[in-house]
Order: sequence, then structure tokens, then C-alpha cells
Amino acid sequence: MKIGILLKEGPYNHQAADTAYKFAEAAIRKGHTVDAVFLYNDGVTNVTKMMDPPQDDRNIAVRWDQLHKEHGVEILACIAASKRRGICDEVLIEGGEITGLGTLTDIAIRNDRLLTFGD
Amino acid sequence: MLHTINKSPFSSDSFDTCIRFIQPGDPVLFIENGVYSVQQGNRFSETLAGVMKTNPVYALRPDLEARGIAKIIEGVSTVDYDGFVDLVAEHQVNSWL
Amino acid sequence: MENENVKKIMHVMRHAPHGTIYSYEGLEMILIMAAYEQDLSVVFIGDGIYSLKKNQDTAGIGIKGFAKTFMALDGYDVEKLYVDRVSLEERGLSENDLVVDVEVLDSAEIGALMNEQDVIIHH
Repeated sequence: MKIGILLKEGPYNHQAADTAYKFAEAAIRKGHTVDAVFLYNDGVTNVTKMMDPPQDDRNIAVRWDQLHKEHGVEILACIAASKRRGICDEVLIEGGEITGLGTLTDIAIRNDRLLTFGD
Repeated sequence: MLHTINKSPFSSDSFDTCIRFIQPGDPVLFIENGVYSVQQGNRFSETLAGVMKTNPVYALRPDLEARGIAKIIEGVSTVDYDGFVDLVAEHQVNSWL
Repeated sequence: MENENVKKIMHVMRHAPHGTIYSYEGLEMILIMAAYEQDLSVVFIGDGIYSLKKNQDTAGIGIKGFAKTFMALDGYDVEKLYVDRVSLEERGLSENDLVVDVEVLDSAEIGALMNEQDVIIHH
């Protein structure tokens, strides 16, 4: 099964980013393909490398970066939503990319599932 | 169609709204704060029991454990993230945010 | 990218406008997706209906209004606009209170439509 994920909430404030990650991790472990995680609304703030949580907490941006590097999952932030919230290439994690809503449409078209996580 | 609900039924109408639209046989999966819905003896237990006559109901075990919910309504199945993936593999998904 | 098959994509508007951005950014998503010639529908459930309310004037709150943009959906060939009858009635509203022509459907009809979809996105 090929899966796309739409994440609509920022990190830490809501569990959505954690559930989405845990789901993606499990899907990959079970042999499914996670094609992309598309970030929308405040979800775009998941991919700023300026994120610096306390040592004993998970670093959500780093986790997405690793998901890209280890499993080829595209981590995509919506450009319109990013511009509103000050997310730009200068602060973006290495494995992330800023792209348009057309890409989300492609993700919806080319995958067997598009799952939404958010508030 | 798999329906996921991630809100406490006490703070959001997602539960009440979702169950108006589910079709018989559609599985319902409670995740995140949604898992408070399946705790035994709450205000929504009767409604949920009604749903369970026609629809399989699941709750995400790590979310139950994280919230200290041990006593859940009889007939609710618990799944881990792997089980969540299996449900998604079987059904299209409607995530009631 | 080639669109080899047409997918049924439903957007479910659940939030009131202005109080949060979900409805506005949801509309932006719908407008982009409309260009991709998929089978799009938009359903207004619960507070989502308030996005369509006539006579919204946002000048005083300093946020750009967008009720009128819903009127443009028709021009983008998004013609399947549905409103949940229960939500409309429990808010004391009728079709005449809304900025666009919609089809008011019962829960069972919306439920059946949902079951036909390949993708459902809530806003």
C-alpha cells in the first residue's frame, strides 16, 4: 500500500505530529510505502531546524529529517502556509522541502490512501 | 470507510457528528484524546454501545495507556500502531478532526 | 504529472471562519485542487456552515473576509456543494442565509457520499 500523510498541526502543541510519525514508522516497518508527509496550516512549523527542545524530549523536526533520510519519505511544507508563518529555506531542515498545494493534489492522486492528522 | 476520532467527546462534537454519518459495518477507531470515549461508565457509554451493534469499534492502546484508561467498554478492541496500519490497509479513511 | 485516473476527493468544512484559519486555508486548498480535474465535492457540517453565512463584515477584526470566495467555486467547476441539514437547522439557519447555492442533504445521504470517496480531508 502507498500512503500519503497530511499533517495539519504544529509540533508539541498537539499530539498529531507524534501520531502521524508513529503511524508512518509502523507502516514502513510493515512493508508499506509512505510516499510523503505534507504539512499544512500550523503543521508547516514541524520542519524548522531552529527547533531546540530540552534534551530529554523528542526533537520532532529531527525525527522528520531522519524519516526522509532513512526511508525516502518526502517531507513537504505548503508554500502559502509556510510564508504566513515564517517558514522558509533558511530555517528548513535538510530533508524538508517547500512546495505548492498542487503537490498535495498529486499525492492524493498517486497514493492508495491519504490520511489526515490534526486538531 | 475507517473513521478515526481524536477528540474527547466531552470537549468536541466530533464523536456525536461522526456517528450520524457512519455506515453500518464501518470501523471506528479512537485515537489521541478520542480514547476517552471508550472509558467504561461515562456519559457516552450508552451511545457507543448502540454504535457497536452495527459497527466494530477500536481504540489505540498506546493512547489508552498514556491516559491511564484501563476499564474500557466491553467489545471495544484495542490495537497498536501496527493494528492502525492494518485497518488503513483494509479501508479508505475519514479522519474526523 | 499526468492524472491517469480521476479520484473522488471530498473536503469537509467543520470550522467556523475567522476564529481559526482552518476554513480559510481549507478554501485555498480546494481552489488549487480544483485545477486538477478531479471529482471534488465540499460538504459543510457543524460550524463549517458559518463560513457561508451572508453579511459577514470582517473590517472591524482586521482579518480578510472570504465568504465571497466560496461564490467563485462555481467558476472553478466545483459545483458539488452540500450542507448538512441537521447542522443548518440546529443553528437556526436556512439556505437563504447562505452566500452560495447548496444542496441540503440528510445525514444518510452525506454518509453514503462519504463512503464513495477515495480521499476525505477535514478543515
